Amino acid sequence: METREQAESRREENLRKWQVSRRRLLQLLGVAGVAAVAAPLVPSLLRRGGNREAVADEGAAPARVRQWAMVIDLRRCDGCQGIDLPPQCTEACIQGHYGPEPMEWVQVYEQELSGGGTQFIPTPCQQCQNAPCVNVCPVGATFATPEGVVLIDQERCIGCRLCMAACPYDRRFFNWGDAPVPPEAQLADYDPEHQFPAKRGTVMKCNFCPHMARSGKLPYCAQACPTNAIYYGDLEEDIATNGLELVKLSQFLSENQAYHLKAELGTKPRVYYIAGHGQAVGRSPDHEGRKPTRWPWQERAAGAQTWTR
Amino acid sequence: MDKVKNGPREQLERVVLGPLVRTGKGYRLLVGGLVLVVLWALFAYSTQLRDGLIVTGMRDRILWGFYIILFVFFIGISHAGTLISAILRVVKAQWRTPVTRMAEFITVVALSVGGLMPMLDLGRPDRIPNLVLFGRWQSPILWDVLSISTYLTGSIIYLYLPLIPDLAICRDRLGNEVPGWKRWFFRVASVGWQGTARQKKLLSIALASMMVLIIPVAVSVHTVVSWIFAMTLREPWNSTVFGAYFVAGAIFSGIAAIILVMAVLRRAFHLEAYITHKHFINLGYMLGGFTLIMMYFNVSEYVVTGYKMAGETSFHFVQLMVREYAPFFWLYTIGGMVLPGLIILFPKTRTFTGVLVAAGLVLVGMWMERFIIVVAGLRVPLMPYDPSWYVPTWVEWSIMAGAFAMFGLVIAVFSKLFPVISIWEVAEQYEEHEVKEAPALGRSLPATGSLRMEPTSEPPAEGADHGPGGTR
Repeated sequence: METREQAESRREENLRKWQVSRRRLLQLLGVAGVAAVAAPLVPSLLRRGGNREAVADEGAAPARVRQWAMVIDLRRCDGCQGIDLPPQCTEACIQGHYGPEPMEWVQVYEQELSGGGTQFIPTPCQQCQNAPCVNVCPVGATFATPEGVVLIDQERCIGCRLCMAACPYDRRFFNWGDAPVPPEAQLADYDPEHQFPAKRGTVMKCNFCPHMARSGKLPYCAQACPTNAIYYGDLEEDIATNGLELVKLSQFLSENQAYHLKAELGTKPRVYYIAGHGQAVGRSPDHEGRKPTRWPWQERAAGAQTWTR
Repeated sequence: MDKVKNGPREQLERVVLGPLVRTGKGYRLLVGGLVLVVLWALFAYSTQLRDGLIVTGMRDRILWGFYIILFVFFIGISHAGTLISAILRVVKAQWRTPVTRMAEFITVVALSVGGLMPMLDLGRPDRIPNLVLFGRWQSPILWDVLSISTYLTGSIIYLYLPLIPDLAICRDRLGNEVPGWKRWFFRVASVGWQGTARQKKLLSIALASMMVLIIPVAVSVHTVVSWIFAMTLREPWNSTVFGAYFVAGAIFSGIAAIILVMAVLRRAFHLEAYITHKHFINLGYMLGGFTLIMMYFNVSEYVVTGYKMAGETSFHFVQLMVREYAPFFWLYTIGGMVLPGLIILFPKTRTFTGVLVAAGLVLVGMWMERFIIVVAGLRVPLMPYDPSWYVPTWVEWSIMAGAFAMFGLVIAVFSKLFPVISIWEVAEQYEEHEVKEAPALGRSLPATGSLRMEPTSEPPAEGADHGPGGTR
């Protein structure tokens, strides 16, 4: 019995060693508090500057921060029925960005009109100012530039696809396999503003061509439109052009009752539409159908695969 | 003070510690089979790593599939464990004691398997560290990472705390019967537990704090899992009821999972004397109660949106109720809620077998529910395009099989390392009963003196309704 009691007291002694004095407890709490405050800083200490910072700096440098916007005048869009070709905006975008099949960053949807017949709606990324995709991205791979353009850093994207679930316009595309792009696309230096070479397991979309605008050119889609239905411009300077005429952007939007797709969702897009069905270029709403989009890449990067959406 | 050598406690220890010592042929076969399935799933995943997610049936429109369904499914199951064990502990339900350990096991295992699923779904699993390096707290994914890792930590602690006295029993009772590494494991894992008054007090304080803390954590987990969906603008997901709906569905499917796993372990380890039909009936009552809650949520969700048929709702309703996904929807609502509810409702079907059938139906139904939410939800067209299809590939089927095999495998391995019934808690109940039923004689009464405590020399017949758990 005695040895048992001794053992008992030894255990009690051991337990007591584990007890914490008030001073010690306060010290520990203090250390924990400092750690808790400092913890959110750790990631920023660990990470290195990525493409995101580079783009943001570039945008912030000029005195005037451009606010890129697009107006698509549906009165002038006939889905390229007039020239009997697939939509030229889509194809020019694919060619300019080495767009992999089946991605149509600017896709021409044919929508039924309430009174019968159809209209064509060229749909690029809407460049939302309250962008659901930017909100949900867990790693900040999708981000908005000071110019109001939503870009994707494919070197940071983890491929969770929550942004695709969040986008109400179906404007995001995933590289399910090694994208079918021409070999020369692999030679380019990667940049979120042009997004090639495409990276497997990451998301891509229309980038609004701010790199083109900065060098004084219109985006590929606007350049290629045979009926000049796409205006591109700057809300800050209040000016836009379709390559033929120059308009005062605010006045042009108001006088033509420009609207947003799914405006009720409150995403605040930078792409505006003017209602129509191609009447300005002689299309009747009853003339339905358009040619399917083509991807011109005859020669493809090694191991590339094509998929369907 | 001397214990009777063949008292109920000794009997209990013999039965519960048995599986830790002896391993049968059936067990080896089962584990071998499960390992094979897991290896096959690893092979399937290796092809996905090699070729990318193109090997799955997911595409741009229906961009999530089996992996996210399984994520929601397993995280759902994980709720049973802790919530049931914690809630039953909080309300001091006596019948819970032989059940809690298994419930807590299931929580930890289901949570680990479930947490793995979104990682398999990533296009760039190599960039998982980005979640730490560049994590944005504005994203529901980060909420999930935070809440699931908190819940996993909490439920491991909550599993481990009541294990300590049992590990000490293993350390003291299982001498040379077990290999050296197991003896070492029990010695280290029981952290010097001697059952002193002070240790008991510390343990009860720790347990009391954990059981209260773990409940809000568990609720938060499935709430933020639902927010992965509800934080988008998609028609069927854009709903304020989703958080509560998911939490209820999680507990619902979790109870069903406990019932089934319990039945398997009870049969495998001959625990019929401790886990009685009464336990299954009681869990059946909880399951039955939750069928009502689930039906209520479905009525809330579908009647409120269906009455108005706003926007894309009509497309979703037609595909659910009469068209493409009608089999899934009705299997879920009728097979997964109404039928199990009726089985529990009628005394004639409210039997051991009946409860097992109901639990099976609920698990199938809840898998269907997640399928409907993820796949049918994503199928609703956002723009004027033809709705697409999701056809899972052999890779996804294999990984699903692997996930279930992994779930079974870890439980099987656990059952060889830890007692599947909380010995000390059940034994404590014996002692309480002893005192309660012979207060005048108190402790001086021999342990076998109470009729209720009388250990049966043979395992009781199927359907016997006694033992410590059956007393309430």
